[in-house]
Amino acid sequence: MSALMIRDLHKRFGSVDVLKGVNLDIESGEFIVLVGPSGCGKSTLLNIVAGLEKPSGGTVEIGGRMVNDVAPSDRDIAMVFQSYALYPSMTVRQNITFGMECRNVPRAARDKAVEHVSKLLQIEPLLNRKPSQLSGGQRQRVAMGRALVRDPLLFLFDEPLSNLDAKLRVEMRAEIKQLHARIGTTIVYVTHDQVEAMTMATRIAVMHQGEVQQFADPETIYNRPANLFVARFMGAPPMNTLPARVDGGRVMLGDGSVGLPIDAVGLGARDVVLGIRPECIAEPGRRFGDAAPLIIKAHVEMIEPTGAETIVTLRLAGEKMIGRVAPDVRLALGSEAEFAIDVRKLCLFDPKTERLI
Amino acid sequence: MSNAGVPPMRDRSWGRVAVYVVVWALAAGYLVPFGVVLLNSFRTAEEIAQTSMIGWPTNWVFGNYTAAWATYCIAQTCSGIHPYMWNSALVTVPATILSTLLGAVAGYSISLWRFRGDAWIFGLVTMGVFLPEQMRLIPWTIVLRDLGMTNTIAGLVMIHTIQGLSFTTLFCRNYYVAIPVDLMKAARIDGAGFFRIFWRIVLPLSPPILIVTVIWQFTHIWNEFLYGVTFTTGQQQPVTAALIALSASVADVPQHGIQSAAVVVAALPTLLVYLFGGRYFVRGLTAGAVK
Repeated sequence: MSALMIRDLHKRFGSVDVLKGVNLDIESGEFIVLVGPSGCGKSTLLNIVAGLEKPSGGTVEIGGRMVNDVAPSDRDIAMVFQSYALYPSMTVRQNITFGMECRNVPRAARDKAVEHVSKLLQIEPLLNRKPSQLSGGQRQRVAMGRALVRDPLLFLFDEPLSNLDAKLRVEMRAEIKQLHARIGTTIVYVTHDQVEAMTMATRIAVMHQGEVQQFADPETIYNRPANLFVARFMGAPPMNTLPARVDGGRVMLGDGSVGLPIDAVGLGARDVVLGIRPECIAEPGRRFGDAAPLIIKAHVEMIEPTGAETIVTLRLAGEKMIGRVAPDVRLALGSEAEFAIDVRKLCLFDPKTERLI
Repeated sequence: MSNAGVPPMRDRSWGRVAVYVVVWALAAGYLVPFGVVLLNSFRTAEEIAQTSMIGWPTNWVFGNYTAAWATYCIAQTCSGIHPYMWNSALVTVPATILSTLLGAVAGYSISLWRFRGDAWIFGLVTMGVFLPEQMRLIPWTIVLRDLGMTNTIAGLVMIHTIQGLSFTTLFCRNYYVAIPVDLMKAARIDGAGFFRIFWRIVLPLSPPILIVTVIWQFTHIWNEFLYGVTFTTGQQQPVTAALIALSASVADVPQHGIQSAAVVVAALPTLLVYLFGGRYFVRGLTAGAVK
């Protein structure tokens, strides 16, 4: 069953086109992450799905039902906000039951639902506290509890982890993923953090300037980005993209002094943009698959040890690139050093359309 | 505590002296007239007449208060100011409550519910803050006449409620804009409507601003004079208007002691409101965030 279907959705604020024809088909049980930089329209899209904003054009269907003219409370959705949006004057219990109170659910049923959800999220000891007496992580849990208690068709998460510190964010990320695995309800999750997108999503919709750039599973998004924007946005550090030229079975980088073998049948001779992930540039001892690695020489411009690995900025064929080498490799700044290149995962983009070739 | 940025000791102490001088001068400017009135309220008319308007009571007398409250004659009625105090209370209390509640609802809808023309409506409502009272006298005269409410307490209640809306709406709107929009979104998804959100979410966050508006409205309406003296006569007048009638009726022998006592009694309710609510008033004016 289709949990959410968005057709040709437009949104205009005055003269600004925030959404320019968004189409998404989301199956029941999926964990969809909408990711993109600030101002790409992802939160507006979520607000329209929730019914908090009206679209300028297009349709939204939830569970096979057209909901364009349905009030937020009747859309069978629940939402978790970045600010948590807990009602300050109510206790945790009242926060969780407020929705049921509005829908006139009998008290016994309310109590049962609170019990179930607070056990699931381990917030039983907090039920009689006010939001101001909770830590950030606890507020986050209560906000999720308020959504969970609804048992909706669709969960909407609007950057729910952005206000947490780094450590808690990683914990809650794992917890939300486990929660999804357990309850199986469809989730649409908005974030600007591409790590959250990669780790949690079953499919990712990368948004930019009001359009969906690519809608695919994380592996495809990462390895076969549909265009240069997706290539540069996903991954940290991002994919190296540099001007190059294909000719026969080789791609010549930058000034043409370095060539890499590539399977580019039918491309003829033409200019391209070459995309290569930093982890495809490593120390010379590294093996990528069974084939003997391609070794190239490059100029070391900067090294940033992170402990687990060392990020190295190097210059190759006149172009700046980023590689990731093992932490025990000693590189001298300003020296020429050898690197192994994984040529299996090179991406070629059209320099004009910026699309993947 | 760090000493960085603090000027040398000598500068600071001179600066402090200057601040105290200014503060005390201002305080004296406000307090001396009140002190004179207060002292005169305990002096007999003879004593004031024989010595001076300003002076320490030689004999402390309390008869001025009983006379002012219950027996002194104002405009041929010899029952003191207590009926007029009661009139003022009957005007002030309902008008304060009504204007505060309506202002809260209006401020809430303007700040948290976007609707077509909301900015215009807010602009028009707050314009009332800047319209001088005398400009509204004639329109109100016509309204009261057409509604048959001339010379009634209810008429004054209506005027003060409506006039007060400009201030109370402004106060509440400026307080409520600090309420995070996400709270409203969450409540709408939870299925709460306009009034349920107001009662359950917004009103419980409102005591600081409600205290401010109540104090503001109470003092303002209680001390209001122009409408009282224009739209009511005789037994219907609020105490501010009656005080004028009181001073007018002492043409023969000046009764400064009784007048002073009447003034003190008339000022007492607002003074008490300030004494009990003042700290909330200051706190509420500076309170912004509702987080």
